[in-house]
This record gives sequence, structure tokens and C-alpha cells, in this order.
Amino acid sequence: MGAGVLELKGLSRHFGGIKAVDGLDLTVRQGEIVGLIGPNGSGKSTTVNVIAGLFPVTSGEVRFNNESLEGLPTHKRLQRGIARTFQNIRLFGQLSVWQNLWVAQNAPEDHARRGFIARWLGGQSGVRAEIAQLLEFSGLAHKQDELAANLAFGEQRRLELARALAAKPKLLLLDEPAAGMNSEEIGQLRDRILKLRAQGITILLIEHVMELVMGVTDRIAVLNFGQKIAEGRPAEIQADPLVRKAYLGGA
Amino acid sequence: MDFYYGLAQTVGIHTLLGLSAYIVLLTGQVTLAQAAFFAIGAYAAGMLTVLAGWHIVPALGASAMFGAATACAVGFPALRVKGLMLVVATLAFGEGVRLFFFNFDYQVAKGEIKVGPLGGEGFRQIRYFQEHGWSTGEVMLFVWVFVVLAMAALWWLDRSRYGAVLRAVGEDELAAQSVGVNLTAVKVSAMTVGGAVAGIGGGLYAHYTTHIEHANFNVLLATFAIAYPIVGGLKNVFGTLAAVIFVQAFLIEGLRFLGDWRNLLFGALIVAAMNLRPQGFLGGRRA
Repeated sequence: MGAGVLELKGLSRHFGGIKAVDGLDLTVRQGEIVGLIGPNGSGKSTTVNVIAGLFPVTSGEVRFNNESLEGLPTHKRLQRGIARTFQNIRLFGQLSVWQNLWVAQNAPEDHARRGFIARWLGGQSGVRAEIAQLLEFSGLAHKQDELAANLAFGEQRRLELARALAAKPKLLLLDEPAAGMNSEEIGQLRDRILKLRAQGITILLIEHVMELVMGVTDRIAVLNFGQKIAEGRPAEIQADPLVRKAYLGGA
Repeated sequence: MDFYYGLAQTVGIHTLLGLSAYIVLLTGQVTLAQAAFFAIGAYAAGMLTVLAGWHIVPALGASAMFGAATACAVGFPALRVKGLMLVVATLAFGEGVRLFFFNFDYQVAKGEIKVGPLGGEGFRQIRYFQEHGWSTGEVMLFVWVFVVLAMAALWWLDRSRYGAVLRAVGEDELAAQSVGVNLTAVKVSAMTVGGAVAGIGGGLYAHYTTHIEHANFNVLLATFAIAYPIVGGLKNVFGTLAAVIFVQAFLIEGLRFLGDWRNLLFGALIVAAMNLRPQGFLGGRRA
């Protein structure tokens, strides 16, 4: 494992008096799958939003490939290689499945390879093969002309993942990708996540579904009230008394 | 026959006005600045043909540039705010432009008479078509060449990746920026394209009526500009055209025989149309 890809150093994000994230230190190394778990309201989604640049940090720092992301807007962070999915699915519902992936063709390589005009106005040529590949990966090839809003729930989740991959990210932030899925769908999601790791994509996985988290992650960090209360291998976390207490109450 | 030519010109010019708002509405922004870009185009083209003696075509090109440049300059600060705040900001800008032309004097002696904009009196004698002996039919065709070009250009833009990006921003800004879309660039560029289309529309309007004044470019005109694409629907550019025909040909001209009752029915029919077709005449996304 090489140097840390993503480093959070003393990361805090407060909303008024509420310390949603408070002094979080976390390193995610190249090629790792790190789980971020914790009870509702423990600051997991806020962490993702701060990394993605939707909110500024209150204090502390987000570093990516040894560079500070301070002040970079969301679309620039995507071009650095950080893509995400949303806890509550946010597709472009009135665009077709194909168009959802078309809009997301913003990989930094594309900027170098295609000129400005070709990238923005160049009709549909040039990206067909890449979009076809993404459709294949997510099993949506037969639905490519369907409006995204008309897809079934599980298909929408798959499309959102494919849309995040369209930018060829180095780091993928998955915010509860298994929420609302049945166990067969969770199995398929696990296979997809492992395939992505095999391609060298680093993943920060936020999840409540322990079946998934325990199965795919290399390491897990546990948040409670915005602070990290434990970090370790899945088996260690399962046995940790502090974690049990946070999840189950002081029984 | 001249009546129908005149009506066709009005429909064409208002279609350009509506299309200038259409492209901005695709990004989910409601703007009341389109009448101002239309006014800037009208005064610019009029001054260039009357005072500088330009041919009408390059004058309209300059109108498009003036409209686009103003829209771009206004877009940067204005598009930082959203929703009602943007409506108020663009409304203020539109009124500012109107009051500018209310106070704008630039008269030049041309033979016996003085020509050019004269404040509240307006800008009279924009007689390019008459001086060059164009018939009403020819003027109508000339207007429609620009309408067809603008519709074709926007149709193509709509179907390019840029069009999909505009609609994506209109649906969910947060998701759009998360997949790498630069919101400022997209919104300002849409505003700029809209400004160019409005500028051409204004330039044609000035030469068609021959007399423009600040009161032509009031809030009512700005409201019409956004009403056309909303009533017509944002599925494609033909919705805007259909709405202009509905309003200008049917509601305003077609119901003239009703006398004073027309204005009452006008409002009622717009409300009815929006209730029967909330997605607009040609469907598509809710604005």
C-alpha cells in the first residue's frame, strides 16, 4: 500500500452549536475499502459532503494525494478524482438513463483528449463506447432509453453508481448504497464494489447494512456524535464494547 | 393580407423573445431580464442603421453581441442567487435598463431633422425597411429567416450534450455539480445565448415598429418572455412557438371582436390552459 490517498486531519464541521463532525482523523490508503459506520446522526453523511466540497470545513483539513482541497468547489474535486453517490438517490429523473451518464462524462482525461467544443457540443459521438461499458457494468443496457425517474429503486441505485463512475474516479464515496435493497441486490452490490477495487479504485463506504460492510471492507471507522470512537478490522470492530454500546445503548 | 403579414411578424419576434427565456428556463432559473436584452438589441440595431447607416444584417449581428455581452455581465452576479431572489434581481436590472432608455438622448442632425433616441419621447423614424423599399411580405420573410435560424440553433443545442447538461442543472443542481458540472459556467452561458437571441428579436422589433420607447420594454414584456416557454412547455422549442401563436394570434387578435371582454377572457384562458396542460402544450418537464 502506498501513501494515503485521502487524509482527514482534525476535520470538524459545526452547524451552529451542533458539532456534526468533530475532530475526525482518518486515512484511506490507495486501493483500500474503508467503511464508515455509526448510528443515525453520527456525522457520516456530513463527512462525505465535506470531502465532496458541498460544505466548507469549520476547522481541520481534507487532503487528497498530498494536496489540500481547501476552497475547491465540488466540480473541481470531481476532476481531481473524487466522485460520490447520494444517500437519497439524486438522478436527473427527466433525462434518460443514457443521458444521465452522458452528462456525467467529465473525467479529467476527457478534458485533455477532447477539445472544449467536442466535449460540450459534439453530439453523441466519441463517448458511446464508454457509456455502453458503464451500462453493461450496471446491467442497465436494456433500459438505456428509459427515463431515470421510471426505473425501479434498485436500478436507480445502480444508475447512480454508474454515473459516479463516468468521471473515472480514483476515490469513490458511497453514501449508504445498500439502503432499501434486498439481500440478493446487496450480494450484487458487493460483487460490483469488489470489481471496482480490482480496478484500483479506492472506496469510502458509508453503510448501515452490516452484511455489506463486514463483507467488503478492509478497515472500519466508527463515528458517534461526530467523533471517531473506534477503528480497526471488521472482526475487531464487531467485538469492540464501545461500538456495541454506541449502537445498542448502554445495555 | 398586410394584417396577416403583420401578425406573422409579431409572432416571429415574440417567438425570439420567448426562446431567449426558454434556454435560461432549462437550467431552472426564472429571469425577468429578457425584456432588457430585447431593449438593448432594439436600441443598438436602430442606432446602427439610422445613425451609422449600417445594413440591417450586421446591425442585427451587433444587437446579438450587445445582448449577449450584457447578459453575460449580468449573469455572473445575478446567477449567484436563486429562485425568488433571482426574479427580484433580474426585475431590478430590467427596470434599470428601461429607466436608462427613458433618460437616454443621442440625437444627430440628418438633413432637416434630428434623429436618434430622445429620452421619454422614444426613438422615432427607424425606417430602414421603408427607405429601402421592402414590402411587408419581404419584411415578414426576413423576420422568419431569423426565427427559423434561432429555432434550428436552439433545437441542435438542446440535443447536444450541452442541452442535456442544461436540463440536468435544471433538475438538480447539487447532483449536477457532483458529477462535475460547473454550475456558474452553465448558467452564465445559457443566459448569454438567451441574451443574443433576445438582442436579435429586439433589433427586428425596432425596425418592424419604426418607433420604440422605454415603455415598450416594461415588466409586462419580461413576463410574456417567460410565460411563452412555460405555457408552451419545455420539451422542445416548438412549445414556445405554439404558446406565442396561442397568445398573440388567438387571445390578442382572434378575440378582438369581444371588445372589452377580451382582457377578462385573456387571463381566464391562460389560467385554463395552464390547468389543462400543466406541463405546457407540448409536455415535457414542469417549469
